[in-house]
Amino acid sequence: MQGNDDMNQMKTADAAVPEEARGLDIHAHADVSNYETTGDPLLDNPKMSARNVNVYYGEKHAIMDVSLDIGGNEVIAMIGPSGCGKSTFLRCLNRMNDTIPICRVKGDIQLDGEDIYHSRQDTVLLRARVGMVFQKPNPFPKSIYENVAYGPRIHGLAHNKIEMDEIVENSLRRASLWEEVKDVLDKPGTGLSGGQQQRLCIARAIAVSPEVILMDEPCSALDPIATARIEELIDELKERFTIAIVTHSMQQAARVSQRTAYFHLGKLIEVGQTKQIFTNPQHELTENYITGRFG
Amino acid sequence: MADSLNLDQHTSHRFNEELEDVRARLLEMGGLVEEQCRKALKALTKGNLELAIEVANSDYRINEMEVEINARCMDILALRQPAATDLRVVVAIIRMTADLERIGDEAEKIGRFAQTLAERRDAGAFRGDPKHLGKLAIAVLRGALDAFARLDVSAAIETAAQDPEIDQEFESVTRLLISHMMEQPAAVKSLLRVNWCARALERIGDHAVNLCEEVIFLVKGSDVRHLSLKEVQDRFL
Repeated sequence: MQGNDDMNQMKTADAAVPEEARGLDIHAHADVSNYETTGDPLLDNPKMSARNVNVYYGEKHAIMDVSLDIGGNEVIAMIGPSGCGKSTFLRCLNRMNDTIPICRVKGDIQLDGEDIYHSRQDTVLLRARVGMVFQKPNPFPKSIYENVAYGPRIHGLAHNKIEMDEIVENSLRRASLWEEVKDVLDKPGTGLSGGQQQRLCIARAIAVSPEVILMDEPCSALDPIATARIEELIDELKERFTIAIVTHSMQQAARVSQRTAYFHLGKLIEVGQTKQIFTNPQHELTENYITGRFG
Repeated sequence: MADSLNLDQHTSHRFNEELEDVRARLLEMGGLVEEQCRKALKALTKGNLELAIEVANSDYRINEMEVEINARCMDILALRQPAATDLRVVVAIIRMTADLERIGDEAEKIGRFAQTLAERRDAGAFRGDPKHLGKLAIAVLRGALDAFARLDVSAAIETAAQDPEIDQEFESVTRLLISHMMEQPAAVKSLLRVNWCARALERIGDHAVNLCEEVIFLVKGSDVRHLSLKEVQDRFL
């Protein structure tokens, strides 16, 4: 995340490893034979596009032939049962899976038409353009100010203290955290409440002016009020950024996203406008999942 | 209950039961409304005063059921946050209770006119005129409720397709009553009442068609309320 792999990996050792990689064998009976995604996963002018993406954890086939476009300034929600591959797919979009040794990613993923898996792609730069917010708030064990300033500093985005102060304030404002922390910027980020920590992580992610923000269950550790604030924030952030969010809360997907993608056993089953998915899904598996039917 | 939409397949058994409960109650309300219509038609055409008074005064049971079913649907919306088919079931049922309640109002109206007509000697010759119209309207109501019970889109469309026949029958009853009015100016008051009953029966047919449209919405997810019958047939048959 924002050119900060080592630190980040230390902090998120648990959260960073998707369920699929933790020895679950839910794909043992999955049928890999032909399937087609219901709905149209492709867009005209995508910000990011994934084509025929397959992901393997060792022998395990975790993502099967997924093609999906993500449009500029849209919020796309990825939903599905545990182990369906939604987090794994999200992590392909900024090469976070590179940090898992047994993970192999095949297929084509582009950001603004450029292959992000190209051998000359600098992953630090990629992750500055495609930021990430994790399930558990993971501020660095540093001051609030330093948490936000770290990324811009290593990317040389500020030339002096005044510019840095400006970036820090703007980022905290956009993450709607400024009013709460402006007088305690030198206090440790880890001393904030869970919801504040998560907003701090969002401020840290947007401090390097990314184009896409990936959110992996950003609210699952938060109470309903903190969740509502993050959701409100997502709504504001989509004016400037493209957001892909993985969530277990279907109501959250319904509230924040314009498009929803439903994953099941490593396949992208259905994509559509969020309103359509939640009122009239076309695929039986989607219907069963969002209505809480066993199938 | 036959179920092509797997309404009984939720992980939560309580949710299965709650959905089943509102469906069963809607059918019960439908049965009650249908019975009211039959009694109203009989009271009108036979000049049965006792039955007319009963129909004119038992609408409250239907109203109570409307309130009860809507409250249960509200609970489901608030507590279960239904989506997809489940959401459509709840929304369709809320709208259907409104139509059934209006049908109940029409039956009550017929009951009140039937009460007056039963007491008037001049009405005997023509109060049977809307009998066929009434049978048609009740048949459409019954067809709509059957289509809902079976979640059968084809049956809903076929039932709705009978509405033009009701409209035609209403036109011819009206023409018949007008000719009576010209022949017997003294009976105009009674004839007008019979015509209002005919109008109520025609409205019952319209509401029953609305019920059919809700069945299509529930099963197919398409709002067909403002499409022509032909468009609906082309799309779903």
